[in-house]
Amino acid sequence: MTRLPDDRLETKLPDKAPLYTRPEAITEANRCIYCVDAPCVQACPTGIDIPTFIHKIATDNVKGSARTIFAANLLGTSCARVCPVEVLCAGSCVYNHWGREPIAIGRLQRYATENAIAQDAELLSKTRKPATGKTIACIGGGPASLAAAGHLALDGHTVHVYEKRAVAGGLNTTGVAPYKLHSEASLAEVELILALGDIELKTGVEIVDGEAGEGQVLVAKLAADYDAVFIGIGLGPDNALGVEGEEGEGSVGAVEYIERLKLESGMGLDGIGTALVVGGGNTAIDIARELAQLGVPDVAMVYRKTEAAMSGYHHEMVDARKDGVRLVENRQPTGVVREGGKVTGLKVKATDTGAEETLACDLVAMAIGQSRLTKLAAAFGGVELDGKGRVQVDPATHRTGNPKVYAGGDCVNGGKEVVNAAQHGKLAARAITASFGGEEN
Amino acid sequence: MADLSIEFCGVKSPNPFWLASAPPTNTGDQVKRAFAAGWGGAVWKTLGNPIVNVSSRFGGVDYGSTRMMGLNNIELITDRPLQVNLDEMADVKKHYPDHTLIASLMVDTREEWHEIIQKVEDVGSDMLELNFGCPHGMCERGMGSAVGAEPEVLKTIVGWVMEKANVPVIVKLTPNVGDIAEPARAALEAGADAVSLINTVKSIVGVDLDRMVPLPVVGNGSSNGGYCGPAVKPIALHLLGQTAKVFPKPISGIGGISTWRDAAEFMALGSTSVQVCTAVMHYGYRIVEDMIEGLSDFLDEKGMDSAMDLVGKAVPQYKDWGDLDLNYHVVADIDPDKCIGCQLCFVACMDGSHQCIHIPGMSDEDKKKAGHVAFPTDVPDRPVTAKGGTPGARIPYVHEEECVGCNLCALVCPVEGTITMVEKRKAPESETWNDRVAAGKDLVPGGLDATRKARGAD
Repeated sequence: MTRLPDDRLETKLPDKAPLYTRPEAITEANRCIYCVDAPCVQACPTGIDIPTFIHKIATDNVKGSARTIFAANLLGTSCARVCPVEVLCAGSCVYNHWGREPIAIGRLQRYATENAIAQDAELLSKTRKPATGKTIACIGGGPASLAAAGHLALDGHTVHVYEKRAVAGGLNTTGVAPYKLHSEASLAEVELILALGDIELKTGVEIVDGEAGEGQVLVAKLAADYDAVFIGIGLGPDNALGVEGEEGEGSVGAVEYIERLKLESGMGLDGIGTALVVGGGNTAIDIARELAQLGVPDVAMVYRKTEAAMSGYHHEMVDARKDGVRLVENRQPTGVVREGGKVTGLKVKATDTGAEETLACDLVAMAIGQSRLTKLAAAFGGVELDGKGRVQVDPATHRTGNPKVYAGGDCVNGGKEVVNAAQHGKLAARAITASFGGEEN
Repeated sequence: MADLSIEFCGVKSPNPFWLASAPPTNTGDQVKRAFAAGWGGAVWKTLGNPIVNVSSRFGGVDYGSTRMMGLNNIELITDRPLQVNLDEMADVKKHYPDHTLIASLMVDTREEWHEIIQKVEDVGSDMLELNFGCPHGMCERGMGSAVGAEPEVLKTIVGWVMEKANVPVIVKLTPNVGDIAEPARAALEAGADAVSLINTVKSIVGVDLDRMVPLPVVGNGSSNGGYCGPAVKPIALHLLGQTAKVFPKPISGIGGISTWRDAAEFMALGSTSVQVCTAVMHYGYRIVEDMIEGLSDFLDEKGMDSAMDLVGKAVPQYKDWGDLDLNYHVVADIDPDKCIGCQLCFVACMDGSHQCIHIPGMSDEDKKKAGHVAFPTDVPDRPVTAKGGTPGARIPYVHEEECVGCNLCALVCPVEGTITMVEKRKAPESETWNDRVAAGKDLVPGGLDATRKARGAD
């Protein structure tokens, strides 16, 4: 497994919801009333049979509990920690309506998956079907591709996963808030997936159209060499505001900066007294919370509308405030102010009154969305993009306009949760196996 | 993966999990859904001459926030025409030929027994189960537990059945007897192939204090019912263990089985198959998935290839009290890193056991007032440091010399793993009470004069 340096900033952020002990898990599991046709299952994008896996924890059938989870979601280990359960399963728990604390479904899922794997590393690979001789390429090593690769491997196929970075796991490795999931835990899950069957991870290899250089493979070659291709390329670099002074040190893209916080050796935040985060989505909240937790004295989010219009989750904003994050509403950034090259402020214009001011700061992080990489997908004949640059797929099979090419994850939905990517990968894998005339796993 | 299939009186069953004769096996549609969910067998709702039922029929016992820890019922045997049941049984067997279908029967006369046996065998029943256990309603008519409680009557009826039956015969026993060995032996002597136990325990689950009517209420009155569910499991395990000692043929265990672990315990104490009712009435047929999976994983972990290997594994270790080792001794050990300082162990030991747990910092005067009878001088004063601990609380201290090793403190402790019982034998060799009796060393000092005199100890 890839060994990450010890002196990464993310290691300073402790786990917010540590692994339950057995008595804690059993006590919590026994609170669940084991509903039938449960709202939590309906709220789960992968449709995990949540009451059943919780019942199995209550009976001390931990391996069985994990089987129930993984059958629906091979990334159940990371989803247990990174899923916004507050707006999905736990948010729909019947207890919410009774004024009771909803079941801690994420923490129970973590207990089951981590303990079951610790007890039996081959828990899932035992169910692998005989080899089929089919080979599938997955482009991108993030959650969507990993889910697809895992299910395909369990169906008996050979899978090659192409990842342009040095490490796989996608945003689970490079982007998820460290207090939810550290990079090592994501890499451990990658190893778990790779061990499911005949999966080869090719890191440092980029898929390109046109001409292939060193470490690059052509789209045309994939199309020719593989029985099917799954595209899980995620999103591209952070979008820029396009304002004066934005280029240069001290003004960063949020996703890129979080990746450094999580993976870069020896990074420090010295000299940052005030950090401003531009944006109102979950990435904005994430980076703001991380900076605040890492000791930046003053962190504020600058958003062009009011809090009610933010796309970031309300519960995350509540927690961000507990971390000390301020929210500056109704401000449109118009420029980054520099003195001698160093960032000293962010010029903003009030969207309601039109008043202009400069907010002093040492760092500006842009969290206003990410660009698309989907031109690459469109290089496969027959693959179509929608007006927003998202890869068009049949929602039931995740097949694109090219019958051999499937896609899932952020490149299809424009950027959602890991659990959505896991579902896409699962649906695509089922459809690919079905297209070979084989049995679904 | 272990083989979960079992052989019961020569009948193969896909797994040991059978539905007990009860509302979940009332109709063919239900039994088919149960088999589809994974149940290995079903004992059909008891057949006989149709009866009429009352409303309401069930009463529940909750414990704290746990619903239906116990359940009782005053429902009788099937209220549907015999032929309807028979047709559905034939249909179930047609769709599920490899699953175990058992006809539960309850009739009165020899002629009735012979007629109904012929009928249920004709539709493909793999076995018969004679309902000599039902402790409400039918027993007032001389059937059910009225038979199970009278070994001679039981023998006579089993004799009638054995004259006619071509498939294995299971006698279902009632727990409402003084000594379960008596009906078990009677069944054996009469030639029964197997027994199943326990049927429900005669019970009244509560009283409606507004209407002054016992539960479950039927208009202005109620009747005693049959108690089942998790609450009766310890009673069932005991009667199973007793039966396993005297009944050398297959046993089907019943009584509060809700999880794979319950099932494994019943099998270890002598059950070849287990029957489940209340847990299904509470949560549905779906629970069998966890039971199958949990038992399979358990057998794998223990290196057992077959569920049959588990059957009876704990029976030799179920002994008479007089054969227990008096030199085995354990003392309580409190983990200072886990104790939260609630002092429940202290109060349990002081008021409910043998006064050996001390709270640090008490004067001898206070200790006397609290009820201590021994006064150790070296009680360490340790503050609670555990996560979730009470600030300022002290970790209680176990005075080992006084600890009798009763387990009570460990049982009441709310934080699992905090109090463990550590083995500290009194002597390396084993000595039982029966050894002492045999050696004439069973007179414990401090007793009655008359006893001493009678024993010639003076």
